[in-house]
Amino acid sequence: MAEEVTGSSPPAKSNGRRRGDGVFRSMTTGSSLVIVVSIGLIGLFLLIQAVPSLNANNINFFTSPEWATGEVGNLRFGIRDLLVVTVLSSLLALAIAMPLAMGIALFLTHYLQPKLARPFAYVIDLLAAVPSIVFGLWGAKVLGPALEPVATFLNENLAWVPLFSDGNVSLSGGGNIFTAGIVLSIMILPIITAVSREVFRQTPVMQIEGALALGATRWEMIRTTVLPFGRSGYIAGSMLGLGRALGETVAVLIILRSATSSSTFSFFDGGYTFASKIASAAPEFSEPLSTGAYIAAGLVLFVFTFAVNALARYVAGRGKAKAS
Amino acid sequence: MAKRFDIKDLNIYYGKFHAVNSVNLAVPPRNVTAFIGPSGCGKSTVLRSLNRMHEVIPGARVEGKVLLDGEDIYASNVDPVEVRRTIGMVFQRPNPFPTMSIRDNVVAGLRLAGVKNKKHLDEVAERSLRGANLWNEVKDRLDRPGGGLSGGQQQRLCIARAIAVQPDVLLMDEPCSALDPISTLAIEDLITELKKEYTIVIVTHNMQQAARVSDQTAFFNLLGVGQPGQLIEVDDTEKIFSNPGQKATEDYISGRFG
Ligand SMILES: Nc1ncnc2c1ncn2[C@@H]1O[C@H](COP(=O)(O)OP(=O)(O)OP(=O)(O)O)[C@@H](O)[C@H]1O
Ligand SMILES: [Mg+2]
Repeated sequence: MAEEVTGSSPPAKSNGRRRGDGVFRSMTTGSSLVIVVSIGLIGLFLLIQAVPSLNANNINFFTSPEWATGEVGNLRFGIRDLLVVTVLSSLLALAIAMPLAMGIALFLTHYLQPKLARPFAYVIDLLAAVPSIVFGLWGAKVLGPALEPVATFLNENLAWVPLFSDGNVSLSGGGNIFTAGIVLSIMILPIITAVSREVFRQTPVMQIEGALALGATRWEMIRTTVLPFGRSGYIAGSMLGLGRALGETVAVLIILRSATSSSTFSFFDGGYTFASKIASAAPEFSEPLSTGAYIAAGLVLFVFTFAVNALARYVAGRGKAKAS
Repeated sequence: MAKRFDIKDLNIYYGKFHAVNSVNLAVPPRNVTAFIGPSGCGKSTVLRSLNRMHEVIPGARVEGKVLLDGEDIYASNVDPVEVRRTIGMVFQRPNPFPTMSIRDNVVAGLRLAGVKNKKHLDEVAERSLRGANLWNEVKDRLDRPGGGLSGGQQQRLCIARAIAVQPDVLLMDEPCSALDPISTLAIEDLITELKKEYTIVIVTHNMQQAARVSDQTAFFNLLGVGQPGQLIEVDDTEKIFSNPGQKATEDYISGRFG
């Protein structure tokens, strides 16, 4: 009874507020729907374009290293090597960038005076503004040749580790995953550093003082408070970096040499990543069936990147739930 | 274990700002000294200078001497990390390490000091939690995170953490101000208990609390806006609350008591 009364004649003011709430809610719901729907549509578009080519494929799409789409009557394409090169270069990039970014972020937030930290942080952020084509040229022309002795040394001394065994391209010039991974690590450094810096900075002063008052040195304080507090943010930031590395196109395209034989799962392989393979064939997208093969590769990259981002979100969300 | 403090001509600055002017004060061992005074008069500042915690703040510095059993904690060869290991501190808001287990919180200080023996750590954890009157409430969930306790329990956990390293002195900055009356009483009882073994300095805004737990009381005041805080007088708590030597002290105390 009482409910009915308040329900039928709410005060005018609250009515207006409710309408505002409603408008706001439908706006936010609408815009999130738009995002979800467009992601779905992109996926659907890729799928529709890819299916005819996948049906016409004469070899296994997932396990074959071959890629021949010239003859429409005899399509032979598989993503094994694209996946291997993409994953190896991105993981190498991550393995280098993650510890480096953590070190820089800790240094900026907990060692350097704020006055000095600001310009330093600015320089790192500027790295993100360098166009990938510049990174690509630098990697191919400067870093690759410079790394050649290092790569040779690793290959000669650590060849029993599969990752450092002989690759499918010559070591000279450095047009291999090793160089590409290092260039990628520099490219993803700013995003990981920026995210980690933000979370490390937000460590509650109360906790920091608690650790210091117990007689912790600065590093011990960081280990007991800053790192546990920032862990999930740091991981989420690294996942964002990984997403960027997986999708990087032009720098990798310029750096990696094309290989005549299939991948040997070594850092000294050449070849293509998903993105660089698709970009390399862009001028020839006239025949729908051959194009579909590339779109199928794009679809795999899309799903892969999507999964990585979802993982990042999950990790970040779980950290937040724990903190509250 | 319990040691005495002798504070001589202590001046404290935040950058150019002179926060506390020329404090002279003796803190006897196995004794509770209360700091009272209006907000902003420098009680926390003085307290934090007693274990060099103020050095965490950029630009903060002190002049003068703080002698712990005759040894100057500001001597050039003294490491602030060592000072903080022997002079424990409990803060206004409970600050356990939230993701660390209750047991690990208690022995965090010992771990930092390099103690690894698990049996010894477990013993210390139990002894300290008993000492902080928390053992019965948490003994069945020592592996659960410290952040999951109530505010009062968290504060007692912080006290357990501070006494686990058996410090020479225990500094407390308004340890009950975020707590309900029952938790407050529990902590006051605990302070009376701890006094048998430790030298305690406590900052409080609660006159009754100062009267209940302390043996001597130091009254700080501000002479004016922008002026440094001063130690007005220090005497036996009974004397300060019944017959203070300074008019300012009497005004402050009677104002509070209405
Ligand atoms: N980190 C800081 N930087 C600069 N000035 C500070 C800092 N901390 C305290 N001060 C100043 O030092 C003076 C004393 O502050 P303090 O915190 O010691 O007062 P308090 O007596 O503890 O006050 P309260 O009872 O409110 O806690 C104040 O004028 C305050 O503004
Ligand atoms: Mg204070």
